[in-house]
Amino acid sequence: MLIRRPSDILPSEITPREVYLNRRQWMSGAAGLAFAASLPGGLSAAPLSAVKSPFSTDEKLTSREDVTSYNNFYEFGTGKDDPAAKAKSLKTSPWAVKVDGMVGKPAEFAIEDLIKSSTLEERIYRMRCVEGWSMVIPWVGFPLADLIKRVEPLGSAKYVAFETAYRPEEMPGMDTVFPVLEWPYVEGLRLDEAMNPLAILAVGLYGETLPNQNGAPIRLVVPWKYGFKGIKSITRISFVDKQPATSWNKQAPSEYGFYANVNPSVDHPRWSQATERRIGEGGLFVKRRPTLMFNGYAEQVASLYTGMDLRKLY
Amino acid sequence: MAGRVSAPGAAKGFVLPQVPKILVYIVGFIPAVWLFYAGITDQLGADPMRYLEQALGLWALRFLIATLAITPLRQLFNVNLLRYRRAIGLLAFYYAALHLITYLVLDQGLDVAAIVADILKRPYITIGMATFVILVPLAVTSNNAAIRRMGGQAWARLHKLVYVAAIGAALHFILVVKSWPTEPLVYAAIVAVLLGYRLVRSLVKKPSPRRRAA
Repeated sequence: MLIRRPSDILPSEITPREVYLNRRQWMSGAAGLAFAASLPGGLSAAPLSAVKSPFSTDEKLTSREDVTSYNNFYEFGTGKDDPAAKAKSLKTSPWAVKVDGMVGKPAEFAIEDLIKSSTLEERIYRMRCVEGWSMVIPWVGFPLADLIKRVEPLGSAKYVAFETAYRPEEMPGMDTVFPVLEWPYVEGLRLDEAMNPLAILAVGLYGETLPNQNGAPIRLVVPWKYGFKGIKSITRISFVDKQPATSWNKQAPSEYGFYANVNPSVDHPRWSQATERRIGEGGLFVKRRPTLMFNGYAEQVASLYTGMDLRKLY
Repeated sequence: MAGRVSAPGAAKGFVLPQVPKILVYIVGFIPAVWLFYAGITDQLGADPMRYLEQALGLWALRFLIATLAITPLRQLFNVNLLRYRRAIGLLAFYYAALHLITYLVLDQGLDVAAIVADILKRPYITIGMATFVILVPLAVTSNNAAIRRMGGQAWARLHKLVYVAAIGAALHFILVVKSWPTEPLVYAAIVAVLLGYRLVRSLVKKPSPRRRAA
């Protein structure tokens, strides 16, 4: 595994002025978070302190503006700007994540306890959407493996299943003529994938708690897989012995597999996956860049798939 | 053809206050001008190229639908906009061309191999490209000289291809999105109604006897 020496100044430390001022106002991350959590509706953008990670890339960050205004979160509509416009209605406080299934210690974690009891890290990851665009996002979160170890999975547990909140009254995109997906949104990982150190539960980005449109208050980030695997606004994590159903796979099994590893040589049936457009790069005259195997994380994750035909198990 | 309808057509259909046809073009090009301006000045969001590409395609489909709406409007509601149909049809073609150019130049960066692979392998691109190819002869013959040269009947027969183009455009839109969002389905439904109307009418009404024969 390649351990890169972190550069002295993280690009994410160069934050917009209002955020910087906001940070000054709060001074202490913990105090700010506690305050935010006490406000009705959860509130937006409380600072989070996080340590740097050798897994971070030093590529140029996608602007906070783009990361928080160009989203796929179909519970709030299928338009890229729908989540930013409509996700305010999601109440993220109080919020609990239920962990159940084949575990020794099933539990229900209040989000603030989860955050308090974890060492938060900044993970700057590439994010490759199945639609052919990509971003570089400074997430704040903790390894999914940390949570898994706390609940002590049984030997019979082979997969981890995730579920998004099901709240039609707070999620206006769920009420469409033809449901775009079967709700609630569900995702899953093989247990060894979930234990990989790259897999994180993110609770923030750009040094602050997650905006609702990015999956507040807690979401999965698995950077070697297409973005839709990164299930948002998680309320339940279950340990199971069979491969769990996943939303996009149910919607179109021939187009979206369970694994959904970023793979430039396996095309989506309707479009090529060989290249991608990096959001914020070049504007109208954006130049495509080649997509990397496992989104550039082959070194860390390729061994998970040894002997598998990734053409069939896309 | 639009130019000469006004005289004999005046009896049939309520003729709206006439505006110069050039005004249709000017108004019709406002979205394109605005889109390019907004794109260059970074006002089209996080993914401006994709926004421009999709918006131009959508306007092509809208103008295509508008041309198809003109006959039913006249037959059902006595509103005669036939005079403007050529301009609207040509706007559909121009927008389709801008949409295609955006795809070729800005989206694919003129990568010929990628474009050829797309056309051959991706049904939505194949259909989109075929739709544009269909629109070309319609645009080229959208002038009085072509009508004279071809003869009215042959010209009208050729221009029935616009029905195929409309189906192709609606299908292209449905195939490009994930899942079944409402918007492309609404456009497809509008196309289906406009074409279904013609089909039903042709089945109900026997073809009118030729004047000459009578």
